[in-house]
Amino acid sequence: MANFVALLIAGLSTGALYALVAVGFTLMWQTSQTINFAQGEFVMLPAFFMLAAMNRGAPYWLALAVGVALSLAILGLAFKRLLVDPMLRHGVLPLAIATMALSSFLKESVKTFYSAEASPFPSPAPSSDLKVLGVAVSWQSLAGLIAALLAVTFLQLGLSRTRIGRQMQAAAQNPTVAQILGLPVERLILYAFLLNAALVALASALVSPIYLAKFSNGETLGQAAFIAAIVGGFNQVRGAVVGGLLLGVVENLGAAYISDAYRDAIPLFVLVVVILFRPNGLVGRAEERTV
Amino acid sequence: MIGGAQSRIAAAAGLAAVATLIVAPLFLRRYGLYLVSDWAVMTIAAMGLNLTLGYAGQVSLAQGAFVGVGAYSAAILTTHGWPFAAAMALALAVSFAVGWALGYPALRVRHHYLAFVTLAFSTLAFLVFRNEAWLTGGVEGIDGVPRPSLFGWSMRPPLAYAYFCLAALAFVAAAMAWLIRSPWGRSFLALRENPLRAQSLGVDTRRYTLLAFAIGSALGGAAGALYAPLVGLVEPPAFTLALSLNLLMMVIVGGSGYFLGPFLGALIAVMAPEWLRAWENYYLILYAVLVMGLLVVSPTGILGLIDRYALHRAAAEASAARAALKPSIEGP
Repeated sequence: MANFVALLIAGLSTGALYALVAVGFTLMWQTSQTINFAQGEFVMLPAFFMLAAMNRGAPYWLALAVGVALSLAILGLAFKRLLVDPMLRHGVLPLAIATMALSSFLKESVKTFYSAEASPFPSPAPSSDLKVLGVAVSWQSLAGLIAALLAVTFLQLGLSRTRIGRQMQAAAQNPTVAQILGLPVERLILYAFLLNAALVALASALVSPIYLAKFSNGETLGQAAFIAAIVGGFNQVRGAVVGGLLLGVVENLGAAYISDAYRDAIPLFVLVVVILFRPNGLVGRAEERTV
Repeated sequence: MIGGAQSRIAAAAGLAAVATLIVAPLFLRRYGLYLVSDWAVMTIAAMGLNLTLGYAGQVSLAQGAFVGVGAYSAAILTTHGWPFAAAMALALAVSFAVGWALGYPALRVRHHYLAFVTLAFSTLAFLVFRNEAWLTGGVEGIDGVPRPSLFGWSMRPPLAYAYFCLAALAFVAAAMAWLIRSPWGRSFLALRENPLRAQSLGVDTRRYTLLAFAIGSALGGAAGALYAPLVGLVEPPAFTLALSLNLLMMVIVGGSGYFLGPFLGALIAVMAPEWLRAWENYYLILYAVLVMGLLVVSPTGILGLIDRYALHRAAAEASAARAALKPSIEGP
């Protein structure tokens, strides 16, 4: 039983990180039909911005700020202006493929210009364990869980309660009408990209102390985030959270009780089962088709 | 429309290319022959992906995994003494069936789901290749895959095997040309251009999309069955997501939806690392940047770019001709 609780907590903390990454992915899909296959690499990269700042002597919090700022500028603004804007007129598919090229560009760049080895990454949380219900849980994964849940809650509140958040939802649901009503749709889409950049920077700072910073970190993380987004419902922020947590828990329990060798394949099975029985995701709604 | 002169130029270029492919291997050494065979194999796999991506409009991120499925099928059968023909048949059948099984749930929903299902499948395939040591030899893989012999002629020498791969490519290309001109192929096109209209005209879009994906996957398997005897050693790292992405980029760079796109894309992907050897790792970074730039300019790749240029020129010539004609009509 204690083992089960430990696995559950571990699963929730992995899942919260998946959710964090999946939320940004969903936001970009909702506002501009961008399927970002480089999302995993977007999480991998900010850790290296932070490491580069630390190598130049910056303290942890300053390095964190530098990482977030660079990620807003590069993964938010530059990504939107240089790749998404010129590609959008060609449709969903070419842009999706361009982001695949982007993912290999980011990966190879980090490997070539920083390091092919895994680098240790500091965490403000103590490296000791905490006893919960008679189970040892590491402070680091607990901190990750709490920070991710806080971020997602604030985001959800921001999107549903604030004026800008509701405007963003309107722009996502019906850009034409939103435009007619005088909303700055272009700017609202940019906000979604900036939010995503901030979320991946946060995810990067939370993941890297646990897995170490490495150029290939994005591969499994990105894949888990896409699948979390679909499992929850591609068009719902709530869905990404449900999907992320579920996937994290199923993955940890499955690895322990079914097969550890096939741990990385568990998302595939969850995905296939969900799209067979709940094609729009667990909490998603059907999307109208445009002719 | 392409003018008569242009189509004559295209035909002459095609003939020259075929003649080069027939004659050139005689003058190549071992490594050159390996590259020719590799190009032929990759072109077959890319042609399969082009059917999925270019004609049916679906992204598959598992073409590399299907090449793996084909390679392992062929390696397992031929090392157990079965003939190559049986191995090829198994490779085709298994990858077609797996493609069908994967596409069935994915295509029921929304089309971009196939990309995610195939992405996840490519992880599963790698794990099976690595973990099921009783079947696949695990991390060590399967060594000593024999090359086939044809009517008593051994395909062991590199020159013979290069011709064998080129002949297979010619056969696949002919079959593909027939397929896309057949009513089936026209349905594939209809569903790429306008899925809703195709559906309202009575094309069973889901079935045809699924069929295009399964046939495309089977061609990946065929490429794998040719690849296994080419390299002799079949091991898991050869068939990761990197290969799938590489094949996808070949189709995109050459020109997705163009019959000749995969030929050109595979040529660039196989030869560019040789030409840019001095660039080492920078080469991959540069390649990714070039692909992104190309996609921004022309989502249908290099052939799309040429096509557009030809159209533009034809239009310019036509309007010049009209302009030249005008005074004579209005004249005395």
